[in-house]
Amino acid sequence: MTRRIPLPVWLTSLLLYVFLYAPIAVVIVYSFNAARYGGPWRGFTLRWYQSLLDNADKVAAARNTIVLGLASTAVSTLLGTGLGYGLSRYRFPGKRLFAWLMYIPVVIPDIVMAVAMLMFYALARDLLGLFELGMTTMVIAHVTFQIPFVAIVVRSRLVGMDPAIEEAAHDLGATSWQTFRHVTLPQILPAVVAGAMLAFTLSLDDFVVSFFTTGPGATTLPILIYSSVKRGITPDINALSSIIVLVSVVGTVAVALLQRPPRTEGTKT
Amino acid sequence: MKGPVLATAESRRVLEDAPSAIEIEGVSRSFGDFKALDAVSLRIRQGELFSLLGPSGCGKTTLLRIIGGLDLADDGVVRIGGVDARAIPAHKRPVNTVFQSYALFPHLNVRDNVAFGLRMKKVPEREVAARVARALELVQIGGFADRKPLQLSGGQKQRVALARALVNEPQVLLLDEPLGALDLKLRKELQVELLSLQRRLGITFVFVTHDQEEALVLSDRIAVMRAGRIEQLGPAHALYERPRNRFVGSFLGEVNLVEGTVERTAPGEFVAVTALGPLRAETRPGDPAPYGKVTLAIRPEKVRMVTDGTPGENRAQATVEAVIYIGSESHYQLRAGELRFTAYAMNARATSRELREGERVQVELPASALIVLED
Amino acid sequence: MGDPAPAARLRPARREIRFGEALTPLQGLARSALTAGPAIGWVTLFLLLPLLGIVLFSVLTRGPYGELQLPFTFGSYSRLAGFGLFGFDPQYPLIILRSVVLAAGTTAVCLLAAFPLAFFIAGLPGRAKGIALTLVVIPFWTNLLIRTYAWQILFAPDALLTRAAVAVGLAEEGMPLYPSAFAVYVGMLCAYLPFLVLPLYTAVEKIDWSIAEAASDLGADGRRVFRHAILPQVMPGMVAGMILVFVPATGQFVIPDLLGGAKTVLIGNAIQQQFGASRDWPFGSAIALVAMALVLLGLWLQTRTAGKRGEEGLL
Repeated sequence: MTRRIPLPVWLTSLLLYVFLYAPIAVVIVYSFNAARYGGPWRGFTLRWYQSLLDNADKVAAARNTIVLGLASTAVSTLLGTGLGYGLSRYRFPGKRLFAWLMYIPVVIPDIVMAVAMLMFYALARDLLGLFELGMTTMVIAHVTFQIPFVAIVVRSRLVGMDPAIEEAAHDLGATSWQTFRHVTLPQILPAVVAGAMLAFTLSLDDFVVSFFTTGPGATTLPILIYSSVKRGITPDINALSSIIVLVSVVGTVAVALLQRPPRTEGTKT
Repeated sequence: MKGPVLATAESRRVLEDAPSAIEIEGVSRSFGDFKALDAVSLRIRQGELFSLLGPSGCGKTTLLRIIGGLDLADDGVVRIGGVDARAIPAHKRPVNTVFQSYALFPHLNVRDNVAFGLRMKKVPEREVAARVARALELVQIGGFADRKPLQLSGGQKQRVALARALVNEPQVLLLDEPLGALDLKLRKELQVELLSLQRRLGITFVFVTHDQEEALVLSDRIAVMRAGRIEQLGPAHALYERPRNRFVGSFLGEVNLVEGTVERTAPGEFVAVTALGPLRAETRPGDPAPYGKVTLAIRPEKVRMVTDGTPGENRAQATVEAVIYIGSESHYQLRAGELRFTAYAMNARATSRELREGERVQVELPASALIVLED
Repeated sequence: MGDPAPAARLRPARREIRFGEALTPLQGLARSALTAGPAIGWVTLFLLLPLLGIVLFSVLTRGPYGELQLPFTFGSYSRLAGFGLFGFDPQYPLIILRSVVLAAGTTAVCLLAAFPLAFFIAGLPGRAKGIALTLVVIPFWTNLLIRTYAWQILFAPDALLTRAAVAVGLAEEGMPLYPSAFAVYVGMLCAYLPFLVLPLYTAVEKIDWSIAEAASDLGADGRRVFRHAILPQVMPGMVAGMILVFVPATGQFVIPDLLGGAKTVLIGNAIQQQFGASRDWPFGSAIALVAMALVLLGLWLQTRTAGKRGEEGLL
C-alpha cells in the first residue's frame, strides 16, 4: 500500500542507502586512483587493473578462487537440490529435527564453523592421515555452508508448485523417474540455477572459513586481500576488490531475476 | 477413436445390460478424524456418462481420485474393467483424469502436452504425431498447437486438458469439475460439446460436479452424495421426479415440503391430513410405505394455480406474496395459512394473465405429483 | 448400496499416495535417503559432529606443544568465567561481555536505522518496491571483508568524513577514525542492517493501517499511535530481525579485527587467537561453545516467537 512518505523518513532512508553503498563505491572509485599509496585523488588510471594480470600471486589466487567456487557449487547444488526435494516431498523419521539442523550453517558465526572444520581436519589428519589442509579441505568446507542455501531456494519453489501437475504426469502414464525428469526438473530448474548462483557468490565472498581451512598453494582472493590489507591498503587491492564486488552484484541481480515468481496464468476466458 | 457412434436422438439411453466399467464396493477413506467416504458402493456401466453430484466435502472428488489411483482407499474394492485395481499404480491404470485446475505442463506447448502420455509409453513418434493431431481436432484446438499454456484462455486450456487425456484412449475418463472455472456462457457451450464428444467416442465418463443443472444436462445416471455417502443413484429423470429424501429433493432443483399424517391408505394411493387439508397422493411400486407422519414434496412447476374457484381434490386457498418474473416463466411465492411454497408457471400464452401480489388463488397439488420423502 | 460382502473388505498393502505415486513406507524411506540423505550425511559429518567435537575438546587439557590431552577438566570454562591460573582475571568475562554488548548495541543501532528504511520501502509504489528491496540486498551479498576494509579508506586521516569530524571537534587532526569502537559500530551497522531490514519490511508491508487510523481518530497522538497500533503489528518481524542480527554479531571476527585494532578483543578474535597463535584448542573450543550457546539461544527464541519466519527472513 502506498502512502505519502514523510520527508524525514525519505531523507534518512536515502542517507542509509548512501551509507550502505559508500564502502563499495569508495573501493571502486579508488581503484582508479593514480595515487600510489592510496590517499587523496590524483587522477584516473587503469594501471592497477593491468598490474593484476602481471602479478603471479594474484592470478594464482584468482584461479584458486574460481576453481574453489565452481567445484563447491557443483557439489552443493547437487546435494542441496536433493535435500530441498527430499524435505518437501517425503516424510521420514527425524525429518523435523534434520530440517532444523540444516539451518545451523546459515546462522552459525563464521568463526565457529571454521573452527569446527579445522578440528575435524586435524583429527582426520591425526587418525587417518587424510585431509591435509588445502583446496580439498576448503571445497568441503564451502559445500557445507552452501548446501542449506541451495536447499532453501529449491524447496520454496517446490512447495509453490501445483501438486496436480505431478499427479497429471502419473495419471498420463509416467513413472516416478519419468515424472521427475520430464516434469519436475524443468519446473525447478530456475530455482536450481538460482541456488547455484547463490552458492557461488557465497563461496566467492567467504573469508573466515577459507582462512582457517586453507593450506599452502591454496590461497584465495579474499585471503590474499586480508593479508594485504593487514599490511596496508594498496590500490591494486582496490582493483581486485572491485572486480569481486562486480561479480557479486551481477550474481545477486541474476538470482533476483531468476527468483521472480512465475507469471500467473492468463485469466482470459 | 474407437467406440461405436451412438444415436444422439434418444434423450436418455438405457445401458442396463452394459458391462461394468467401474465397480466400487465398500470403499471408505478417512483423513484423520474426517470420514470422507463411508463404505460407498456403486457400479458404473460401460459407455455411460456418470456424474457424482454433491456439495463441497461430500467425498465426490475423493472417490474420483481413488478411481484414478491418485488416492488410496482405506477399505473396499475398486475394479476397473473387471480387474481389481488396488494394486495397480496410477500410471498403469487405463483411466485418465481431467483436473479441475487443468494441470497443463507449463514448460511444454500444447502439442507436447497432449503427446505426453503417448511418449511416456514409448509410442513411436509417427503414431504420436497422428494421434495428437486427431485429438487436437477432436477438441477443436488445432490452431493452437504451438502455444504454451500461459498463452491460452481458460476454455482453451480446458480443451487441451481433454485432448491430453483422450489421446491415450482410456477405458474411463475422469473429470473433476472441469467447467467450474469458466463463465456461464462458455460453460454451457462446453457442456454440449462434452456431451456430443462422449456420445461419439463411447468412452465411459465419470464426471464430478456440484452444479445440479450440469449434472442433469449431461448425465445418463447421477449419484447424489452427501457426507461420504450416496444418497440416491439413478437416471436424472428418476432423481428429479422421485427424490428419496429432503436433501436430494432440494439439491436437484427446488421443492415444496408439506408435513402431514397418514389418515388412510389404499392400493396405489393414500390420504394424509396436512395444513392444506386432506391431500391424496399416488404411490408407485418401490415408494416407501406411508404411515404415521410423512413429508410430502411437490416440484414448483407441478403446482397448478387455478382461478375458477371450484373446490376439488388437493386444492387449497392461497395468497400470492411475491412474483418473480423471469421472462419465459414466472415464479410465484404463495402462502396458504402458515405454509409457504413456490409455484412456477410458464408464460406460454402471449396474453397470459399474470397474477399479482396480494391476489388470492386456488392451488392444486395433483395427486400424481406428490412425492413421499424418507425424511 | 447395500452392505458389501465381508470378503470384499480386504485391506490393501499399507501404501500411501503422495503427488500421484503410491509408496510403501520402505520405498518412501529409500527415496528420502537417496534425495536428502547425501546432504544430511555431509552436513552431519563435516559440521554437526565436529560441533559435538568442540564440546568434547573444551573439556580437554592443552598439552605442552599445543596438542590435546587428557585429563578432562573444566579449566577452560573457569578461565572464561574469570578464574584463571593466577586468581581472578576478568579478561575473558570482559571479552564475552564486550561481545554481547557490541551485539546488543549493533542490534539497537540497526533497529533505529531499519525502521525508517522499512517504512520507506513499504511506502513505494509497486515496481519501485522490488527495486528498492534488491538495492538493500545487493551490498549484503558482496564480500564483507571488502566492505569492511573500505571503511579504513573512508576513515583515513585525510578522508572527507574524518576531516568533517575534526572540524566538529570529534577527532584529532591527522588521525584516522579507526581503530575505535565507533568504527567498529559503523562497520557492524553496515554489515548487519540488511539482516534486520528484510524481516522488518515484510512485517511493515502487512500492516493494517486502518488500526492506526482508528487510533488517531480516537485521539491518540503520533507516539501513541506508533506504540499501540503499529508496533504490536510489526513485533514478530522485528524480533526475527533482531535475533538475525544479534546472533551472528556475537561471533563477528573480521570487523573488530580490521576496525577495532588490538585493543578491542571480542569472542571472534579470541577464538581466532586460541586456534592460531596461542594454540590452546581446548580453551578456544570453550569460547566457541559459548558462542554456539548464544546461537542456539537465539535460534530457540526465534522458533518460539516467529514460527517459520526464519526462512523468509534470510532470503
